[in-house]
Amino acid sequence: MHPILKLLVQRIALSLLLLLAASAMIFIGTQILPGDVAQSILGQSATPESLANLRAELGLNEPALTRYFDWLFGALQGDLGTALTNGRDIAESLGARLKNTLFLAFWAAVISVPLAIFLGLLAVRYQNRWPDKLISAVTLTSISIPEFLIGYVLMYFISVKLGWFTSVSTIYDSMSLGEKLSAIALPVTVLTLVVLAHMMRMTRAAILNVMQSAYIETAELKGLSMFNIIRKHAFPNAIAPIVNVVMLNLAYLVVGVVVVEVVFVYPGMGQYLVDHVSKRDVPVVQACGLIFAAVYIGLNMVADIVSILANPRLRHPK
Amino acid sequence: MSDALLKVRDLKIGATVYPPSGKPHDIEIVHGVSFDLEKGKVLGLIGESGAGKSTIGLSAMAYGRGGVKITGGEVWVNGQDILKQGIRDLRRLRGATVTYVSQSAAASFNPAKKIMEQVTEAAILQGKFSRKEAEERAVRLFDKLGLPNPETIGNRYPHQVSGGQLQRCMTALALCPEPDLVVFDEPTTALDVTTQIDVLMAIKAAIRDTGVAALYITHDLAVVAQVSDDIMVLRMGETVEYGPVDQIINNPQEEYTQALVSVRSIDHEEKRPTPEPVLTVNHVTARYRGTNFDVLRNISVDLHEGQTLAVVGESGSGKSTLARVITGLLPPAEGEINFAGRALSPALEQRSKEDLRELQMIYQMADTAMNPRQTVGTIIGRPLEFYFGMRGAEKRKRIKELLEEIEMGDGFIDRYPAELSGGQKQRVCIARALAAKPKLIICDEVTSALDPLVADGILKLLLNLQKIENVAYLFITHDLATVRAIADSIAVMYQGKVVRYGTKSEVLSPPFDDYTDLLLSSVPEMKLGWLEEVIAHRKMESAGN
Repeated sequence: MHPILKLLVQRIALSLLLLLAASAMIFIGTQILPGDVAQSILGQSATPESLANLRAELGLNEPALTRYFDWLFGALQGDLGTALTNGRDIAESLGARLKNTLFLAFWAAVISVPLAIFLGLLAVRYQNRWPDKLISAVTLTSISIPEFLIGYVLMYFISVKLGWFTSVSTIYDSMSLGEKLSAIALPVTVLTLVVLAHMMRMTRAAILNVMQSAYIETAELKGLSMFNIIRKHAFPNAIAPIVNVVMLNLAYLVVGVVVVEVVFVYPGMGQYLVDHVSKRDVPVVQACGLIFAAVYIGLNMVADIVSILANPRLRHPK
Repeated sequence: MSDALLKVRDLKIGATVYPPSGKPHDIEIVHGVSFDLEKGKVLGLIGESGAGKSTIGLSAMAYGRGGVKITGGEVWVNGQDILKQGIRDLRRLRGATVTYVSQSAAASFNPAKKIMEQVTEAAILQGKFSRKEAEERAVRLFDKLGLPNPETIGNRYPHQVSGGQLQRCMTALALCPEPDLVVFDEPTTALDVTTQIDVLMAIKAAIRDTGVAALYITHDLAVVAQVSDDIMVLRMGETVEYGPVDQIINNPQEEYTQALVSVRSIDHEEKRPTPEPVLTVNHVTARYRGTNFDVLRNISVDLHEGQTLAVVGESGSGKSTLARVITGLLPPAEGEINFAGRALSPALEQRSKEDLRELQMIYQMADTAMNPRQTVGTIIGRPLEFYFGMRGAEKRKRIKELLEEIEMGDGFIDRYPAELSGGQKQRVCIARALAAKPKLIICDEVTSALDPLVADGILKLLLNLQKIENVAYLFITHDLATVRAIADSIAVMYQGKVVRYGTKSEVLSPPFDDYTDLLLSSVPEMKLGWLEEVIAHRKMESAGN
């Protein structure tokens, strides 16, 4: 077996193991929450008999381990159970929400990742001169302002004052792609501003680190221009750290957009999760947790795989 | 002289320094150096570290490394003062007219790109050759430089070839665009002696065959004597002596040059073995965890009280691993070690404080072996506290004694390592080892990072301390001149085995085994024509076989 294949298999197996551990943590976490699901569903109308009936119906009397494995095997087959509050199939409602979240994250990523890397390269090219300082100042300012504030400020100026884009980003299946993109323009802008600084700073730092290497001096002494040195010699060796931080930010775009979704009334996973946490709908919270964990672990696994593949020592062993 | 390829006049170079205390300020590191280099000739620039030789070499490409700036003078290449040229013209000069070979090819090759791409890059970019022509030329150069499989070696990545091969690839990289001048910056310093001689031969032949001129920078006078037409001796940014190679080697005028030529003048009478060795290594075999490759195979050596055992070999021969086994960092797979009449526990954790105290270590890099945030007094005082429980005035008095012993004086007690020179740092490390009053000190390449004259001083100090303290040294080195200077007995290691072991006079007298012969004949000698003699001798022998 090629050593790199072995490494990749190991890395993927590790991710699966991690996901299993995360599922156990999510299950345990929701179990040790104070209070009782049956109690909160019935509320005022709870009598000892109705509570006992509901508990039996929900399977709450089974041992925790049995319930965990039932839930896990169900989830593996795509059955995430039914929501306690409205009795709907979770997989179905979650699927639509996940699609929306991924749609928003996809467009935010399409704009922010190339922009961040381009700005990072620009900052290196003009290191310690005014373009570098301007880029750092603007991106650091935007990451320092809370995202809901940026959201409201953009909403006030762009949709209220200028009327370019709508302030409510609700999208429906019946909308055309153009209409959908117009609807999500503002949340995409906010998300881009939030993730830009992190990725741009990392690109800058990773490439500057590589620029200290002796082989960059070799390239300079070959008479290469600064642009060619960065493109041909520095960037290929800085891929691993850049991909790592890009993946972390992509994960954030899927998992951490709750606030932005709420501000723009966007029908994504975050809103769905927040709604059901407040209603103590445990199966939905567990399902969302599992999906978020899978996204996080999956994207980080991709980052590691890219890092492994980008390493010539691993790709071409002696 | 008007047709000189490279003409340097009154070159002045400055740099910004950032002292640990105080403001950054500009200093001058090269103070007005002038020389000429004609087409097809080789000028050797020689001096200790800090002499400014690399800086002068790079000025032929109008390049300053880090914060280094050329502040005055003229550098004429092919009749053009390149210091007056803009960056666009300089880019056409670099990589086309003047090229560069660095000390560490391993670091100077981009790890993510194939060798061929990097060797031909400048020639193609500068429009000297088409890709096809450049690749054909590269293959011819690989062949001329004696690289194995010249047709295919370019398809490999830098990490897939050995250090000596990569250094030759770097030479091919520099010669590929058909430059007028190549700057060789310590091209063989990082190599083992047996590899160095091959690379040296390859470089010399390539210079001769392509008719290129070269600046050859090194700290090793014996090496530069083999390849140069002229030599310029530099010290602290100034020319000490400049003339034909024959005059510099055989009739040096300046005192400093004379000292360089006659370096390693230590006379050390070999001591006879005593009946009771202080250290006995008995049939030791060792391997690193998770591997089943034996790094050390059945090693047996003795070291006697107050004597020096030199362990000599190339990188990868297992000599540092032997030190790790003796110190307990790597428990041996088989065999045992006796020290001061008792068996040493294989693992460090089981050793007594007494074992630890009596066995001290000094490392190659004094820089990284000291905490930069501690003063010299704290560094030397630590073993006094730890082993002898000394405090206050008593400790300070002992630290001053130790500083006296390493010939540094008590003025250094409150200084930080960053304020010391390389030789002074190594002396502090010696004092720290001595503070524990050890029976044995393991010295791992302790003079390899130092300039020859400084290294000489350290060796004299070590021999002197041995007389006073009666301490034994296990001296690990790849440098045979050091071995001759300091050893009482020698173990030659090759591929994890001791191939030759005995007293110094036994080991260094014929008949030799093949490896020791190769090792001894590869050490550059300070005489003209030595390289040719060795090549001729080896050709004769291989023809005889």
